[in-house]
Amino acid sequence: MKKAVKKQVLLQGNEACVAGALMAGCRFYAGYPITPATEIMEIMARKLPEVGGVFIQMEDEIASLGAVIGASLAGSKSMTATSGPGFSLMQEHIGFACMTEVPCVIVDVMRPGPSTGLPTQPSQGDVMQARWGAHGDHPIIALAPSSVYEFFELTVQAFNLSERYRTPVIILVDEVVAHMREGVILPSKETLVIEERPRPTMPPEWYIPYADPGTGVPPMPAFGDGYRYHVTGLYHDVRGYPTVRTDEVEPLINRLFTKISKDFDRLQWFDSFETTDARVTVIAYGCVARAARRAVQKAREKGLQVGLINLKILWPFMRRTVSGILANSKKVLVPELNVGQISREVKRVNQSRCEVVTLNKVDGTSIKPAEILQKLEEIYP
Amino acid sequence: MREADHLVHKYLRSSKRFPHIWCAGCGIGIFMQALIRVIDRSGYSKDDIVLISGIGCSGRLPVYIDFNTLHTTHGRALTFATGIKLANPRLKVITVMGDGDAVAIGGNHFIHAARRNVEIASFILNNNVYGMTGGQTSPTTPYGARTASSPYGNLEPDFDICRLAEAAGAVFVARSTVFHTQLLERLISLALQKKGFAVVEVVSQCVTYGGNFLKLKSPVEMMQWQKDNSITVEKAKQLSEVEREGKIVIGVLGDRERPSYHEQYQSLIGEKSKV
Repeated sequence: MKKAVKKQVLLQGNEACVAGALMAGCRFYAGYPITPATEIMEIMARKLPEVGGVFIQMEDEIASLGAVIGASLAGSKSMTATSGPGFSLMQEHIGFACMTEVPCVIVDVMRPGPSTGLPTQPSQGDVMQARWGAHGDHPIIALAPSSVYEFFELTVQAFNLSERYRTPVIILVDEVVAHMREGVILPSKETLVIEERPRPTMPPEWYIPYADPGTGVPPMPAFGDGYRYHVTGLYHDVRGYPTVRTDEVEPLINRLFTKISKDFDRLQWFDSFETTDARVTVIAYGCVARAARRAVQKAREKGLQVGLINLKILWPFMRRTVSGILANSKKVLVPELNVGQISREVKRVNQSRCEVVTLNKVDGTSIKPAEILQKLEEIYP
Repeated sequence: MREADHLVHKYLRSSKRFPHIWCAGCGIGIFMQALIRVIDRSGYSKDDIVLISGIGCSGRLPVYIDFNTLHTTHGRALTFATGIKLANPRLKVITVMGDGDAVAIGGNHFIHAARRNVEIASFILNNNVYGMTGGQTSPTTPYGARTASSPYGNLEPDFDICRLAEAAGAVFVARSTVFHTQLLERLISLALQKKGFAVVEVVSQCVTYGGNFLKLKSPVEMMQWQKDNSITVEKAKQLSEVEREGKIVIGVLGDRERPSYHEQYQSLIGEKSKV
């Protein structure tokens, strides 16, 4: 019998992301160098040809995501990675991928902005840009890893969600998690669930590209498969042809939302720590959740009934999970490396049941456990 | 059956709600017809062709033809085309862009696509104006021309798309007008056969807005103007720079061999692949 003991390896967050992407079946990467995301691109450049995939360095981030969407339309699971300034440039094509329902994964290693900001420091300042950066109403999925292993795991899941819903998925990771090294044991590919986009099974002449098969997600052929169809960023009818008819426009935008919103109950991914009897709950994500965990441990040692919810999905906002926390806590504390982006969402769903306290840091350094502990002691009821 | 009927039935999308969006007398339809004729003669399967456009009047072209068609964002058709060709090199990738599309907002993508040399046949329909938005100045609008956005005359010199393409490394560069339909078909055919980044500038007319600065009123006058102002590459070589001024030089302007990106990448995969 083969021994199934897997070796622990020391990996950087960005390396773990590539490992996850390749295991999920990513076979195309287009990107542009940018700190602190560059390692993802460099490792992809080395590894993709080894697995028969394609790497290309494009002229900018707009082109990168354009090539990624093109490759996905041709049937390859595709991704790109960038940081704030590049993420700003990608918004145009994130909107295009939403509208045309092309699966793709975009990693944004967040650094403080606006503009060039602090290229080598951590931030969580792109949370709202991920949600509303592309113009017009659109749904979006964004995941937030807080450890090297989670960066691996959520990259696999990003591909799965992207394929399942035919939508761009963003991984919002901070510079700390991206550059940190941790010992991880990667699972074998066989133990992972890898999802593929729904493919048409009917003869081409029966295929109606954007007709809802009941799941909200129409089957998607690759260009060259024999299902010739039209793809456009314009509002389109079920055949994919441009339309301005209200009875065709509205069902499309509604379907784009409901194909994801119907599964909101499934999209509640979080870790909870010491929450059962918590009077104060910390709601955190990314590297801040790590500091929060330590702070909660320390506070427990001091006899404070506090807990932590570590959010893995930022968008769609996990209303159900957060509402539950708000209903069972006297206060919640939302520490973030921004001026208050997820805390706004927490307040939005709060409905005055609970006091929402924020702890924001935008000086380019991460929030330390002591700072969260101090705040917990200060607000503890 | 007449040839035209045969082509219409075989290539146009019967399920698409016609009529098309172009103004009567527009040159885009002439190009579309030429493209279809050439492809019909070339023996490509419709399944193997991906036709990609940007935004503008030309951006609407792919929707009418029964290929794999993709209407992308403004100026970025070539980026999508690059991803498609690299992900599936078996596909024949064709882009159609306008002048503002290809060399204003998409200028950066254009020069890098030419430099990179991915096999894409790219056609630029140059009507010297932004037509869809109402006749504003484009990078190929003549100096001094009055447009909706240069009411006192255009203060910018115009781009020579073909010289730009050649300098950036395109392996095939050619120009025709929509008046010269036989030449146009020949150039389309050569571009489709080229194993690399091929550019054909198709000088066209905007009958709705272009006439303002050309002081021409009808499509017929505009096409007559194309005829009268065009000279062949061979003829142009015999003229001095001053004599060539203002003339449209038509024919094959550049044709060279250089390894294409995707072929090199495929051999890299062959070398490195462990699967």
